[in-house]
Amino acid sequence: MTVELAMLHVEPTADELAEGRRLRRKKKLTNLAIDMFLLIVSILMLLPLVFLVANAFKTPAEMLAWPPTVIPHDPTTANFKTVLADTPLIHWIGNSIAFAVMSTIAIVATSAIAGYVFGKFRFRTMNILFALFLATAIVPFEVYMIPLYFEAKSLGILNSVWGLLLGYLVMSFGIFLIRQNVIHSIPDELLEAARVDGAGEFWIFLRIVLPLLRGALGALAVLAFFQAWTAFAWPIIVATTRSSYTIEVGLALFQTGFTVDLGRLSAASAIVLIPSILLFVILRRNFVQGVASTGLKE
Amino acid sequence: MLKRKRFLFAILAILPTLAIFAYVRLYPIADTLRLSLFQWNILSKNKPFIGLANFRELTGDHLFLDALVNTTIIAFGVLILTIPMALIIAALIFHRTRSRMAGFYETAVFIPHVVSLVPAAMAWKWIFDARLGPLNAMLTFFGIPAQNWLFDPVLSVICIIVLCSWQALGYAVLIYLVGFKSLPVSLYEAAKLDGASGPQSFWYLSIPMLKPITLYVSVVTLVSGFNVYAQAFVLASDAQGAPGRQVRVLVLDMLENSFRNYRVGYAASEAVVLLVIVLVLTLIQFSMLRERGRA
Repeated sequence: MTVELAMLHVEPTADELAEGRRLRRKKKLTNLAIDMFLLIVSILMLLPLVFLVANAFKTPAEMLAWPPTVIPHDPTTANFKTVLADTPLIHWIGNSIAFAVMSTIAIVATSAIAGYVFGKFRFRTMNILFALFLATAIVPFEVYMIPLYFEAKSLGILNSVWGLLLGYLVMSFGIFLIRQNVIHSIPDELLEAARVDGAGEFWIFLRIVLPLLRGALGALAVLAFFQAWTAFAWPIIVATTRSSYTIEVGLALFQTGFTVDLGRLSAASAIVLIPSILLFVILRRNFVQGVASTGLKE
Repeated sequence: MLKRKRFLFAILAILPTLAIFAYVRLYPIADTLRLSLFQWNILSKNKPFIGLANFRELTGDHLFLDALVNTTIIAFGVLILTIPMALIIAALIFHRTRSRMAGFYETAVFIPHVVSLVPAAMAWKWIFDARLGPLNAMLTFFGIPAQNWLFDPVLSVICIIVLCSWQALGYAVLIYLVGFKSLPVSLYEAAKLDGASGPQSFWYLSIPMLKPITLYVSVVTLVSGFNVYAQAFVLASDAQGAPGRQVRVLVLDMLENSFRNYRVGYAASEAVVLLVIVLVLTLIQFSMLRERGRA
């Protein structure tokens, strides 16, 4: 038996060994080249943001230096001091946070309920309603924001967080995302068992369905937050007084001012950018999961 | 009996969401369609029905046509830059999935997509700046004359395309990565046994199999390209506070007509044009997907 096995095993020749080594070396070199390329792409993608943060700490003289420095020779916080003194930057950030948090809560709540109902209560009426939600999903916000503006106006909520919120209360994609999750990850048997035990529908939703949807709702929350945080067209028409600007609008209008130099602009931008990049890096998995599922339409 | 109780719960549960949805989505969409057929200048009480006159006027409106051309160039420019680059970068990141750097590459490419738009645009404004910007400094270093990037009508469109592509790339890469992960490994192994090289299986296997994804990403990129506004607002606004004087885009023209010229009906007809463009793009996507399914 052992003799037979030994006979089957053929020693590779020296040539074959050399060929293997050559192939492995070639593969290693290819991988190295790919890594180099991807590294360069990554650095190029990040470079504008890195320079922006670097510029925020530069003196006007150093801003002009060529080649531009990544680490300022003579770092100064003067830009930050003047920009914080000149503009209500912190107030605008506060507006943005309030708007984004409220929008996130509204979107998560409406999506959770609607997604669950559309996923598990397959009545004809519900299917028609779901088709309606889906059909409007392709209509860009910009198409209907003018009538929406007049609704906000007649409600008397222009120039307030409530006015901002009006545009970001529901998210068709969020409802779709939660519905997919309900269908794939909540077995009917579980719900039936609870019903047999005498649980009410509302109790089932609160105590069984919501905990099972935690992951999907987390991903949706991150998406919704960033969506509101980076909103531009809606805030710029609804929030038109200096005290109601979101940070995006505030910055965009601030940069058109006469006396604004790049150093101060960079400082203001850096104040906004750094927290959102940190937040993204922390929540990266949630975010990627959410965005990736936008491409998984069935 | 039980079924009726469940139906009642479903209706009661969906009602608040449905009400909000009708108020902030359905009604405004319907109102856009309706207003596009009226002449309304906000101030006056009467709102005469004028049929398709708004649309007829649009066909001869130079500002609108200018905006339409610019927006179309921007949308397709972003598409042409983004899709091939995203496909290649995603393929390479997927190839190196098991390396420790894969997470870094993914994050680095994706960060421009999530950061707030205005501060990010500010970074590019500095890069393109005629006097202070590193781009011109680099050009003069190589003996090429400096350009007035943000004030030249053609160059400023290019600047917007570059900025939009920089932001769109990360999303496309991410969706492509999802696509690559769903491709059957066995097919690639078979191709390898038949002697196909990496680039060959990329060209003859990955690209055809990822066609539905390419279609999806293309439509998403085009639609967001047609809605471009903030990028043009920030990049092309000058110190006099005249946003977008250099680069007119559809959304800007629409907002200007509505809130500066008080021609709401006219602006609504522009919104309808935007909607038709988006619908046509989506229909093309669906019909191409169906064709594939049948073939």
